Amino acid sequence: MKYLEEFGDPALAGRLLEQIRATTTRPWAIMEVCGGQTHSLIRHGIDQLLPAGVEMIHGPGCPVCVTPLEIIDRALEIASRPGVIFCSFGDMLRVPGSGRDLFQVKSTGADVRVVYSPLDALTIARRNPEREVVFFGIGFETTAPANAMTVYQARRQGIRNFSLLVSHVLVPPAIAAIMESPTCRVQAFLAAGHVCSVMGTGQYPDLVRRYRVPIVVTGFEPLDLLEGIRRTVAQLEAGRHELDNAYPRAVPAEGNPAAVAMLREVFAVTDRSWRGIGMIPASGWRLADAYQDLDAELRFAVSDVHTAESTECRSGEVLQGLIKPHECAAFGGRCTPRTPLGATMVSAEGACAAYYRYRRLSPPTTSRPAWDATAPRTAHV
Amino acid sequence: MSDIDERPHAPTDPRLVRAGQDGSSAADPAEWTCPVPLADSAAVLMGHGGGGAMSAELVEQLFLPAFRSRDGETPVELADAAVLELCGSRIAFTTDSFVVRPLFFPGGSIGDLAVNGTVNDLAMVGARPWCLSTAFILEEGTDLAELRRVADALGTAARAAGVRLVTGDTKVVDAGHGDGIYVNTTGLGLVPDGVDYRPGRAGPGDVVIVSGEIGAHGVAVLSCREGLEFDTAVRSDTRPLHGLVAAMGRAGGDIHALRDPTRGGLAATLNEIARDASVGVDVRERDIPIAGPVADACSILGLDPFAIANEGVLVAMVAAEDADRVLDAMHAHPDGRDAAPIGEVTANNPGVVAARTGLGGERVIDLPTGTELPRIC
Repeated sequence: MKYLEEFGDPALAGRLLEQIRATTTRPWAIMEVCGGQTHSLIRHGIDQLLPAGVEMIHGPGCPVCVTPLEIIDRALEIASRPGVIFCSFGDMLRVPGSGRDLFQVKSTGADVRVVYSPLDALTIARRNPEREVVFFGIGFETTAPANAMTVYQARRQGIRNFSLLVSHVLVPPAIAAIMESPTCRVQAFLAAGHVCSVMGTGQYPDLVRRYRVPIVVTGFEPLDLLEGIRRTVAQLEAGRHELDNAYPRAVPAEGNPAAVAMLREVFAVTDRSWRGIGMIPASGWRLADAYQDLDAELRFAVSDVHTAESTECRSGEVLQGLIKPHECAAFGGRCTPRTPLGATMVSAEGACAAYYRYRRLSPPTTSRPAWDATAPRTAHV
Repeated sequence: MSDIDERPHAPTDPRLVRAGQDGSSAADPAEWTCPVPLADSAAVLMGHGGGGAMSAELVEQLFLPAFRSRDGETPVELADAAVLELCGSRIAFTTDSFVVRPLFFPGGSIGDLAVNGTVNDLAMVGARPWCLSTAFILEEGTDLAELRRVADALGTAARAAGVRLVTGDTKVVDAGHGDGIYVNTTGLGLVPDGVDYRPGRAGPGDVVIVSGEIGAHGVAVLSCREGLEFDTAVRSDTRPLHGLVAAMGRAGGDIHALRDPTRGGLAATLNEIARDASVGVDVRERDIPIAGPVADACSILGLDPFAIANEGVLVAMVAAEDADRVLDAMHAHPDGRDAAPIGEVTANNPGVVAARTGLGGERVIDLPTGTELPRIC
């Protein structure tokens, strides 16, 4: 495979950093939307190498982090039922629900299986016709096409013992919600390259115009990130706000039409609650009416879920870029990847976990103006 | 001090302060990785066997307190093998159980692991492996032809390593109460005079050397695991390392500590040495040898190559003035051809492993929590 080492080349990175330094004359606050970008920035120490004025704000684009507690509690409840095989991507297993996580449910005898593709769950369903097989379908526009295809195939193949517990979320409404927030400090966005490789870039010109904010489609390797930041800073310094694609090797403007067609077939847009942030209108997908018989929430009719979120966790503010993870009092003490209070400490893509894993010696210094990090949680985003 | 250290709510719960750390405050970042109460789970979780923080916690909080001798001492210093005085000789003694799935994987089998894993635990304290026991726990219904293949692999590996299989045991459990074949091996070895390799001897200034490319075993096993089959040229690196260790010893340098980074990978091993010796470890990411296909597989699967199991690699902490001599000896040995210095032991940040990233940034390499690759060996 090519492109991994090449896109981490230190000499080229140094040149991009030099260009960013040469261009930057004022402080700027740029949000990288995707958790994969956050992870890469912190893992490679890129935020430490940027000029002091360029602050990276870590956005809400970690699917594990924003999946609402209620859905996780439903997952735990469904997974606990006799006869159910509950399939999930690995990093959902340690996300705490109100009282426990999927690992703990598994240790008490539930059949919880880690799969790497939702189609594997369909295979499990085919091989176990007497069992109910549920796949935990979470994530952004990136994981959705495979989930849509799985539902579509289940219908086509007449596999009746398969269902999907859906909690898909969408990036563009989240960007709008962040920009609408009165506490918003974000001046530009690095859009998530892989989301755009599915959906294309057609949803962004409207956001750019409405909020007069630069949006640069950006990839995940070190050079991709630096190039995205370089182009963003150039726009900010020039007073421009445009959609720019710094990840053309993966993102055509039209995205992936076959995937989009499959998404339109299987899913319908719905309001969605984001963990730590709250309800964002039209920000998610549910199964379309024609596929509702494959919806695990309806099939299992979980009713008495009483959620109890940690009162101490400030992941909502982290997800909105209002505080950095280490500014939370519980960070590193009562909240660690081993004993997470919130989902941002669980997923490898969560900002809190990234700071905990990689940044305990030297937390990123921020250049931001005086601003109250202890302000109460905002509920309106 | 960073501003994280001065956070207002340092952990004050006594359970959060690791036992045996003299005088270090709970606000010390070194204290953050390990100190987690066991109380949040009433049952054994897969992560308790993962070789990371949860495994360490199980040993420290459940086993060691129960195993104290009458005078309240913990049994022995924790290492890959115990070194015991017996009739004027120093005997190395260790045991390991193998529950890997699948039983055969590219480059090896559970039989190879059962020999090489235990031989390597002996080698890491500098012992010459002498003999092994083998105990099998078999599930009713297991194919005898498969068992024969495992036994053959075990015998072949023992002959290759020059150790004798001298005693053993077989138990059978009901169908559904096991997973085919589990193997335990226990090993005895003799520690030559003058050899004293212990994690606690690692000290500031030591050069950290890794003997070869990391991550191959974990990726090889994953590549043929049910539900995740993928084509790769990666083969397990399982091999006995006592020959390499002997060659390093003959070089005459002052080797302070050896470890083989099995479960939990290089990340867990370096963190354990940092903790046990109360030192910091600084490594340079670009100098850590990783084969391209291993790096690619990790990137695709979202795994950290530093946290992936190895079965034929060792990490050495060597006095700086002797590092070149030891490295030359490693390069001259077939199992150490790719040996590379990857960093230094420091007095800064005791208990913390820090990495200089390829781009020049700095990050912490954390102790894996324990579930990166469940049941990999």
